[in-house]
Amino acid sequence: MDILVCVKRVPDTSENEIELNRAGNDINRDDLVYSVNEWDNYAVEEALRIVENAGGSVTVVTVGDEEAEEVLRREMAMGADKGLLLCDEAFEGSDGMGLARILKAAVEKGKYDLILTGAQADDGAGQVGGMLAAMLDLPFASLVNLIEVGEGKLKVGREIEGGNQEMNAISLPCVLSIQTGINEPRYVGIRGIRKVASVEIPRLGAGDLGLDAGKVGAAAAKVKRLDYFVPEMGAGAEILEGSTDEIIAKLLELLKAKGGLK
Amino acid sequence: MEPALLSPAAFKFFHVPAAFFAFLIPLIGIGAFLFIMKRRLDPLLKAAPDPRFGRIAQRVYQVLKIWLAQWRHPRYMTAGVLHILLFAGFLILGARSLELMFVGFWEGFTLPGFDGPLGHAYKVIKDYATTWVFFVVLIAAVRRGLFKPDRYAVPKRYGKDHTLEAIFVLGLIGTLVVSESLFDGSLLAAQIQQGHKAEFVAPATLAWFFRNLLADRPMASLQSLHIGSYFVHHLTFFFFLCFLPMGKHFHVITSLFNVFFMRLERGNIKPVRHGVSDAQLDELESFGVKRFEDFTWKHVLDFYSCADCGRCSDNCPANAVGRPLSPRFISIKGRDYAFANYPLLDPDVVKEADYQLIGTVYSEDEIWSCTTCGACEQECPVGIEYIDKIVDLRRGMVDSGNVPQSLQKPLGAMEKRGNPWGKMEKKRAEWTKALAPEFRVKDFSAGETAETLYFADSITSYDDRMQAIAQATARVLHRAGIDFGVLGKDEKDSGHEARRFGEEMLFQNLKASNTEAILASGARRIVTADPHAFNALKKDYQGLPPVEHISQVIVRAVKEGRLRLKPAERDGKVYTYHDPCYLGRHNDLYDDPRQALDAIPGLQRVEMLRSRDRSFCCGGGGLMLFYEPEEEQRMGVLRVQMAAKTGANVIVTACPFCLVNMEDAIKVAGLEGKMAAIDLAELIVGHLVD
Repeated sequence: MDILVCVKRVPDTSENEIELNRAGNDINRDDLVYSVNEWDNYAVEEALRIVENAGGSVTVVTVGDEEAEEVLRREMAMGADKGLLLCDEAFEGSDGMGLARILKAAVEKGKYDLILTGAQADDGAGQVGGMLAAMLDLPFASLVNLIEVGEGKLKVGREIEGGNQEMNAISLPCVLSIQTGINEPRYVGIRGIRKVASVEIPRLGAGDLGLDAGKVGAAAAKVKRLDYFVPEMGAGAEILEGSTDEIIAKLLELLKAKGGLK
Repeated sequence: MEPALLSPAAFKFFHVPAAFFAFLIPLIGIGAFLFIMKRRLDPLLKAAPDPRFGRIAQRVYQVLKIWLAQWRHPRYMTAGVLHILLFAGFLILGARSLELMFVGFWEGFTLPGFDGPLGHAYKVIKDYATTWVFFVVLIAAVRRGLFKPDRYAVPKRYGKDHTLEAIFVLGLIGTLVVSESLFDGSLLAAQIQQGHKAEFVAPATLAWFFRNLLADRPMASLQSLHIGSYFVHHLTFFFFLCFLPMGKHFHVITSLFNVFFMRLERGNIKPVRHGVSDAQLDELESFGVKRFEDFTWKHVLDFYSCADCGRCSDNCPANAVGRPLSPRFISIKGRDYAFANYPLLDPDVVKEADYQLIGTVYSEDEIWSCTTCGACEQECPVGIEYIDKIVDLRRGMVDSGNVPQSLQKPLGAMEKRGNPWGKMEKKRAEWTKALAPEFRVKDFSAGETAETLYFADSITSYDDRMQAIAQATARVLHRAGIDFGVLGKDEKDSGHEARRFGEEMLFQNLKASNTEAILASGARRIVTADPHAFNALKKDYQGLPPVEHISQVIVRAVKEGRLRLKPAERDGKVYTYHDPCYLGRHNDLYDDPRQALDAIPGLQRVEMLRSRDRSFCCGGGGLMLFYEPEEEQRMGVLRVQMAAKTGANVIVTACPFCLVNMEDAIKVAGLEGKMAAIDLAELIVGHLVD
């Protein structure tokens, strides 16, 4: 099975102190460190596991600037066979639909049985996977946390409200957005990254993809960010006091009162 | 004069000379033994290299102390004394067994030099040795068979019990000494009956006992006993020789070599592969131990040398809290693998190829459970190493991407930000801001210079509570009149745990970065209050200025009168000092922290039962804080309870990780208000004369 996984380079939320810039329209990006979006990492791991069992190849693709290449390398160090960097000034400022359009063009340049995306990105809106599927006219399942490979189709599990599991059959080719927790992604050390440091990663621009530059990028974006703000700290935290037993009793009482325990 | 009895060399079984059998048995026995040993050598020859042939004088010293003088045995008094007696018996009786081997086909044979007074003296000694070995065997059998010390139990997940093997071998030893004594005793009895001048026999020995017991037996039966006991001894001896390499008694042969080749340094970690420099690491195909043959030959020898005595596991904190790690079974499972995959009779059955140890022989959690505290290695009477094996197995797992999620985050953060919490580099010296102006700390990264570098390391720089250690250290250094500074944003994690958790390349990067910053600072010496950083800079880094722990600085400053300490208040506080593993066991700094404490006049200090080189790990530092082990309780809780047992109400440590673990453990153990933990530097600052 040939699988394409769409990944994104995002500021690492666990390793940054996110602050607003002075203008208040973006976060302060001076001291940020970036990593691959966590959901995407699970998607790549899942793709690798499918290929380890069923054979095939894994390609990772990202839309971004030159620095985005580092996340492709990291995923290739994990085991992905190929990387594709979709890089063009015309892509800058694309909204979700623009990104989906760019990715669609890349999908159509290859031949893939399965396309995976993360369910969402740390700095995104969780929309690209669905739009990409619609544009490709392919079946789509979101928030997938289990995949079993069948003949010409997949069995996919989705997490639904209250921790319940829903099982679906979905025919191939299809697009799935992957939820964290579907697997335990393998570790990529510095040694792994060095091993793929010199692998050539093809770059495709709007022209290579046959894209109309006017339909992507900031100018074509129909969703625009207006503002960034830090929510006001609300009241509501309550520190329970007393001995351990008293605290437990109070906590149980509160949980029952609020319907958390039946 | 005719001998009282026919010797084995003169005796005939129905016209066939007994000498024929007496010659054949050693021939077959030694042949089989050499064949077995050759087969046992095969895995060592296939294993990874390890140059251990240097520093011979030190190695001979280790052999004399640890092997010959059995230095570590009395740490377990009963078993230790029994073993020393057995061991001494083996050494003494070795000569007798050699002599007996020839006696069977060489009439009147004595060992060279043993035909005079030396021989007589030896005879007395060996008769007593035979006797004490006999009684030790009885006691040991009762101990193993009836009292069954917990240490020897084999938990289900590790396989079947080894008691039978132990008793069987004791039976063999018993048979050897009894038959040897019977051989002598029957001859002595015959000599008396025949009116010969009976040889002197030391009283109250087994031979003496048999002589008296057999005094009235008919000559024919004495003759049968004499020859029978000879052949029983002969057969048992050569059977035993070939049985040794089949199990835990292999140590009888290998321990001498294992001790000779044992590690001479502590605290250090073996390179990824001996003979491959740090700069060449990128060229290696694979890292660490994945297959059995990736172990070094010394590590395979370790497996062979495990006597299954259980001392390592008895001292292992991971084992004590129910983590799935028992060092003893690291060895035993390794040995079982070697025996199963290098079978004696079928040289083609070696299963090599892709046989991965993790997931088959060892489990992931087992290998991640180790805190590298070194208690096992400190205890092992035959010099078996565990830390390097654990680190090598971890290197293999890291190389395969097989790392628990709980460790991936901090490893990634160290790669990106130089600390496991992913905190901003520019905030590394923020702790200095809370200090009063008189204690201002210089920052090399801001272009300032100083004679001494204070290397704080990550936890002390960033953790809210541990910053107090950094502040206390800075104040102590100031008051001791030391001109010092910190690396500030240029300091990165020492990488001590990155290396011990198998992420060698991350460690190499951190080391390179820190080394550059330290050398650029121009500092002429380094001080740290973190034993992990201390150990890393001392043992894992090269070419740095000398490194000291703050306790050493304190002791010297007190001696030189640069630090003056006021008396402890009479507030009922009883202090106990907890030895951090990387200060004590790995660096032998046991006395300085104690001297520093005792420099506070009137401070009441008690020792825990487990102290100094038997200190009990608090739960581990660095990345171990992030790892989520399977365990029944926390190491720290056990440790805090040990402290409470001594009557202490303050635990003093000299390590930020110990402090984290102790403070947590005090809460978990429900001892809040009754027990407190404090760092040495904090305690000293609290007692500085204003």
